[in-house]
Amino acid sequence: MRKYTPKDNVQAKAYYTDRFWVAPRVPRQAVEDEHFKAVVEALGERVKEAYVEINNLVLHIDATQNYAVLETLKDTCGYKICSEISAVDYLAKEGEFEIFYQMLNLDKAKRVRVVCRLKKGLAIESVVPLFKSANFAEREMYDMFGIKANNHPFLKRILMPDDWEGHPLLKTYPLQGDEFASWYEVDKIFGKEYRDIIGPENRDPARIDRYDTKRFSRVGYEVPFDTDISSGETKTPIEYSTTFLTDYNTGTKQLDKRK
Amino acid sequence: MQVTNKLTPFFENLNFERDDNTMVINFGPQHPSAHGQLRLVLELDGELVTKAYPDIGYLHRGIEKMAENMTYNEFLPTTDRLDYIASTSNNYAYALAVEKLIGLEVPRRAQVIRTMLLELNRIISHLFFLATHALDVGAMSVFLYAFREREFAMDLMEDYCGARLTHSAVRIGGVPLDLPKGWLENLTIYLDKLPQNIKMYEDLLTENRIWKMRLEDVGTLSPEDAMSWGCSGVMLRGSGIPYDIRKEEPYELYGELDFDIPISQSCDSLGRYKLYMEEMRQSKRILEQLIEMYPQTEQKLMAHAPQYISAPKEEIMTQNYALMQHFVLVTQGMRPPKGEVYVPTESPKGELGFYIKSEGEPYAYRLKCRAPSFYHTGLLQEILVGTYIADVVTIIGSTNIVFGEVDR
Repeated sequence: MRKYTPKDNVQAKAYYTDRFWVAPRVPRQAVEDEHFKAVVEALGERVKEAYVEINNLVLHIDATQNYAVLETLKDTCGYKICSEISAVDYLAKEGEFEIFYQMLNLDKAKRVRVVCRLKKGLAIESVVPLFKSANFAEREMYDMFGIKANNHPFLKRILMPDDWEGHPLLKTYPLQGDEFASWYEVDKIFGKEYRDIIGPENRDPARIDRYDTKRFSRVGYEVPFDTDISSGETKTPIEYSTTFLTDYNTGTKQLDKRK
Repeated sequence: MQVTNKLTPFFENLNFERDDNTMVINFGPQHPSAHGQLRLVLELDGELVTKAYPDIGYLHRGIEKMAENMTYNEFLPTTDRLDYIASTSNNYAYALAVEKLIGLEVPRRAQVIRTMLLELNRIISHLFFLATHALDVGAMSVFLYAFREREFAMDLMEDYCGARLTHSAVRIGGVPLDLPKGWLENLTIYLDKLPQNIKMYEDLLTENRIWKMRLEDVGTLSPEDAMSWGCSGVMLRGSGIPYDIRKEEPYELYGELDFDIPISQSCDSLGRYKLYMEEMRQSKRILEQLIEMYPQTEQKLMAHAPQYISAPKEEIMTQNYALMQHFVLVTQGMRPPKGEVYVPTESPKGELGFYIKSEGEPYAYRLKCRAPSFYHTGLLQEILVGTYIADVVTIIGSTNIVFGEVDR
């Protein structure tokens, strides 16, 4: 039977894991600090779980209450700076995102991380009215994960182009990019019909063809110019991508034999 | 209407034909004063900026995505490419986050060397800021002088790690090399000359009439806005908020060192410029204390944690088990425990923090780089409104943004 490869997480995986390996866990300490205790008390029942993990107080809350919780943190507990907002993709395992807000109290020099879980397809309330830094952070979260923030003043892609398809930090998004990503420049500048004419080998200037002796890439040893270096390699035969030349007058396609 | 075709795409945020007499201009992405790839769409009423929209992403390389597909040690050289003006501070921030996750103790000599490199990088970065900021504003000679000093500092970095820009001088668990012979003497010579050079820059600029006219009350940022926009570093201290992570949440040796945190109440570009000058002096003070600390340390550079970090070379070559562990670490990569960590550090630009979510795999499940410049770029959309077009370059220079870090 062929080995099953999961499609919901296409990121790099460990190629070998000992079957008796159990990963240890970073200790989660109970909340003992005076200030942190006051924070948990101020938030009351909205906190589902609270613990201290590596100097940060971690508060698990419900995703619908994020605005109220951050407002209390800002007004009552003195967390005036929201240093980071982002998400973690758990769609493959649990069908939801984990969203975290990294908060900083300047007077006490304490940090709190507010964590909530959001089901796929749902939107979260924007915290831009509380923290202007959320403006860029939530736009990046939308760009990278596709999580929408309700009532954001200008929710738009920030790092990727406006007409991009897909959200790059999802675990389903391959590292090399998908089909849309690899043809993006060609499609945009010349049009989709030019994919055939340009061909995959001219698409990407950084593409490495291991049988290309002209550019001396990946050969590993010196050969005379234009030598066929594939002889004796039965297991990995030469795989030139086939390029078709389209004649738009007649609508016929013809294999490009110009190599 | 705009005529859109494939070579002239449609920009929905730009409106070229309007009834009022405002004008929309594109600043960048190839503008020399944009400090990299910043495209700034400005709406102007005469010379007054009425709307500013920073468009970023021209240098986006997907470093966070790469982090999810690289083992922890593989990723370290990639962090050089974040803030490429002071790469050791990125290496260090990442290494510190992983060390906190694992719970490693770094040997004291490595700590001394790391702190030295961090402060030397701070000087390099601040000199670069001064040079480019002065050049943007129109003071050409300061650029030449400051780059001369920066070259000497980069020579010191080169003597230590062999690279001038992408240092990778820090490893998870310590540093790879001890200081070479004569390095501390060279550093001492450099530090002895630094104050008179800083004084020369100040003589050229601080009381200079043109410099003051260009910087005073330009780019004013109230403390409330600074906090709300998530500012850090000099941008925060320039608005009168005394918060330096080195002092408030000390890491490495900063808890033992004696240095001051300069703040400025003027909230403008001139105040921030003065802070940069003062911080260079404080870095010199820190480096002098570290030079005295160095001889008192034992000659051990990497932490001992065979599960996570390869043993020293002698052990690998002589002991079978050390070799086996080294083999596993090289081929599979280290597996930190499950958990999440956020560690802030004070990089020359501000609060540089790494959030790492580990699932016990050799690859980080999620790595988020909290880059100070990203938030300082967001600030531009508010701080630029109401200023004149001539001040835009001053304000961008004053925020000291680096686009390797903004776009990641």
